[in-house]
Amino acid sequence: MNADIKTKEYTTVTEVAGPLMIVEGVEGVAYSEIVEIETPNGEHRRGQVLEVENDRAVVQVFEGTTDLNTKTTKTRFTGETAKIGVSVDMMGRIFDGTGKPIDGGPDIIPEMELDINGAPMNPSAREFPAEFIQTGISTIDGMNTLVRGQKLPIFSGSGLPHNDLAAQIARQAKVRAAEDTDFAVIFAAMGITHEEANFFMKDFERTGALERVTVFMNLADDPSIERILTPKMALTTAEYLAFEKDMHVLVILTDLTNYCEALREVSAARNEVPGRRGYPGYMYTDLSGIYERAGRIRGKEGSITQMPILVMPQDDITHPIPDLTGYITEGQIVLSRELYRKGIYPPVDVLPSLSRLMSGGIGNERTREDHSGVSDQLYSAYAEGRNLRDLVAVVGEEALTPRDQSFLKFADEFEKQFMTQAKDEDRTIEETLDLGWKLLSLLPKSELKRVKEEHIPKYLP
Amino acid sequence: MITEGNIIKIAGPVIVADGMRGTQMYEMVRVGSSKLIGEIIELEGDTATIQVYEETAGLKPGEKVESTGGPLSVELGPGIMGSIFDGIQRPLEVIKAISGSFIERGVNVPSINKEKKWTFQTKAKVGDSVKGGDVIGEVQETSAVLQKIMVPPKIEGKILSIVSNGEYTVEEDIAEIETNDGVKKVQMLQKWPVRKGRPYKEKLDPDVPLISGQRTQDTFFPVAKGGSAAIPGPFGSGKTVTQQQLAKWADADIIVYVGCGERGNEMTEVLLDFPELEDPKTGNPLMDRTVLIANTSNMPVAAREACVYTGITIAEYFRDQGYDVALMADSTSRWAEAMREISGRLEEMPGEEGYPAYLASRLAQFYERAGRVTTIGSEDKFSSVSIVGAVSPPGGDLSEPVTQNTLRICKVFWALDASLADKRHFPSINWLQSYSLYVDSVENWWAENTENDWRATRDEAMVLLQKESELQEIVQLVGPDALPDSEQITLETTRMIREDFLQQNAYDDVDTYCSPLKQYQMLKTIISFQKEGVAALGRGIESKNIIAIPIKEEIGRMKYVHENDFPTKIKEIQEGIVKQLGDLN
Repeated sequence: MNADIKTKEYTTVTEVAGPLMIVEGVEGVAYSEIVEIETPNGEHRRGQVLEVENDRAVVQVFEGTTDLNTKTTKTRFTGETAKIGVSVDMMGRIFDGTGKPIDGGPDIIPEMELDINGAPMNPSAREFPAEFIQTGISTIDGMNTLVRGQKLPIFSGSGLPHNDLAAQIARQAKVRAAEDTDFAVIFAAMGITHEEANFFMKDFERTGALERVTVFMNLADDPSIERILTPKMALTTAEYLAFEKDMHVLVILTDLTNYCEALREVSAARNEVPGRRGYPGYMYTDLSGIYERAGRIRGKEGSITQMPILVMPQDDITHPIPDLTGYITEGQIVLSRELYRKGIYPPVDVLPSLSRLMSGGIGNERTREDHSGVSDQLYSAYAEGRNLRDLVAVVGEEALTPRDQSFLKFADEFEKQFMTQAKDEDRTIEETLDLGWKLLSLLPKSELKRVKEEHIPKYLP
Repeated sequence: MITEGNIIKIAGPVIVADGMRGTQMYEMVRVGSSKLIGEIIELEGDTATIQVYEETAGLKPGEKVESTGGPLSVELGPGIMGSIFDGIQRPLEVIKAISGSFIERGVNVPSINKEKKWTFQTKAKVGDSVKGGDVIGEVQETSAVLQKIMVPPKIEGKILSIVSNGEYTVEEDIAEIETNDGVKKVQMLQKWPVRKGRPYKEKLDPDVPLISGQRTQDTFFPVAKGGSAAIPGPFGSGKTVTQQQLAKWADADIIVYVGCGERGNEMTEVLLDFPELEDPKTGNPLMDRTVLIANTSNMPVAAREACVYTGITIAEYFRDQGYDVALMADSTSRWAEAMREISGRLEEMPGEEGYPAYLASRLAQFYERAGRVTTIGSEDKFSSVSIVGAVSPPGGDLSEPVTQNTLRICKVFWALDASLADKRHFPSINWLQSYSLYVDSVENWWAENTENDWRATRDEAMVLLQKESELQEIVQLVGPDALPDSEQITLETTRMIREDFLQQNAYDDVDTYCSPLKQYQMLKTIISFQKEGVAALGRGIESKNIIAIPIKEEIGRMKYVHENDFPTKIKEIQEGIVKQLGDLN
């Protein structure tokens, strides 16, 4: 390949619009390659080729297009797709959204250079995730069990304590067969506030986890287009740690809503045909490029567990962002404003919440033999109790049969005792299940159809 | 003729090349120096627009595009069963051996193994007159599948020579046929373009149900062999489990499972589960009759558009051998979205919600490839392809274009309901919204295989469920006590239908599959509780006493009774109902 073509500088920017810039008269430009840009006042930025037609390239500029002009802006095409240099030394370090260190520490000496887009994991190479992670939170462990290699998002609303919950999970998560494998946490912030970021950083510091944490930080006042890179940087690092260094990696991505907004911004600037609510039609494919990078590989020790956080606009679960996410992820933890108003922490609304990988991760030898029965029974009893609340509002509690009254009582106690726990309360799975049985004892025995018959005398108090 | 052009534009999965005059629509091409697989989707003068089935990052204008002279095709022959392919029929196990745990670009692998020798049994002799679809040999491919080696469609003539029983690869010539067009050599391997349906003689009316051991589907909303069904539902409503249950237990000979733009782990689960599970009919591992096509959501989007065609073509190939084939496509919405994405990159004028205007016709063409047919060939073989397509409507809103266009074609609609799923009522098929237009056509089959009153029992249960929803409205207003005694019995009966019949636990060893006879007897027993209960009311017994009879608990657990013990148990329960109600006098 002709080296001088690669390094040739162009000053032929013909158009700048929104996050995009068009360079003409270029030669040998590859789709998706990284572009280095020098602004008229000497600042360096990076961009990526979004489209190339003959000698015309459309470039998306990550750090924003402010100050660019069509006269003296210099562009250099690097001939490479976006890459990140990775090393185990990245643990304990803080990077910006494009992978540059911002903690004042030395540059990373990379062990490998990896393409941040990764490659799709071969389904026949995957290992099915089945290793129970105890988070210490009853509504998750008992009813929406998380397993290693799962992608389980938290669907929240503005003002709800999703950050507290995520931090508590990161703090308490452990695998019960306490074999001493390495773990790491990767925290990727996209467009969150300094305050929110500080909350996590302080929590990591306080618990001494900081040295196992790698942070990619794109804050609310950072360029929004940069956010498109951030999760990919984080997940490429996660893949390296998990599958090259055999670590169990928990990736916290927050907030995916901001990421999608950035996608929409680029799409709008390109005059693409919009899908629902102006989000691009390829958002599903794009999001799965992030979420599907969780998992396990047969024959490899490590794993990537993802916990993306997204704030649902107007608490609307049918909004395209939570909707498309829910179709890709293996379940969802939904926080409820109504429960939070009642003073319940964590306000996990179990009814719309789900863990798709639960059945493989629970039961004999993994958690306890009665787990799936207890979970099903708690679900249906709580759902019935909640339904009855509506009825009570109309006809009054006295009009209910004793059976129905017991379900009503159950639902109240379930919220008070099972759902509610302190921010540092770390329950074992046995404690969670026993608590479940204790609550089920409020119901007539003949109603316990979901649990195995032989478990009733064994566990029912 | 091989044409060579040059790339002039790249935008995501769509590229434009010039110098392509002479190429055809839907011709397969090789793009760039890494020879990525693509397909021509638009021609204009010298330029061709191409959708590329692999990641296009790194391609440059000026790189070469080579035509291959043929459309995107699948390879058909021994070596398909039990495999997992990507959307353009590349075996993922082989790709893994070459590129490791992650799928690299430009991996060029044969769809089916060309080196492996198969034991071929000759079923024809020299001098036989044969035509397309006639079986000239057999290969026992897996324990469950005997592949019939057929004369390719369009070939007709006398056999000049045919090999004797022995070991052959799929590419070796096994017969020579003298046709009007000269002598044609026939191999076990056939190629067929994916976008073109394989020929058949005649389409027949489906009248045999596709039994899957799932009570809600089999009893209330049956799909016939050769029919098509749609499962729309929001996320978390159990589409995938429902699809997998069908793939596991449907009484088809061959299952083609297309994971279209879905989760990687789901395909892994199938790969893990199916070899362990046994076909309830034959005892063979389920994997032996299953073909998997996996284009997970993070695999290239253009291959997602192709994967359903790859799947249906494989299904038709087995149909032509005389088998009943069931194809599960999870999810057709992702396929439609892939069309939308490609259409958007082509800057086509969008139709509803950005989908291309040809969405409806593409969906219809796909579902029309289902059907019960008489196959081509001298001897009539009756066989079928059934399609069960999952639909993932955004926000669970069934008024969106993919769901609506699918419902216009499919005769069975299993409506998954998030509120049922929230209560852990699984399968969360809403019994009031769902429908099946095959109930009449499969009625005879059920009468023959269970009892003559199958239809009456089923319809009665449906009427009760309908009634329940009306009664529930009253209860919401005035409380349950206000209902007359007979309605109390109705409500108790429908609760049993819902909880003890409709709910089915896919993860329970026994309950995961329920035979037609057991289904019938379970429902019959619940209905008999209602009849006996109403009779008891007539004898002056109070409804609260009727509702409290202890046998109810056994009714609640009858679904967990093993098929072998069930006949005795169900008799006990039926007698128990009569006795315990009689004792109340």
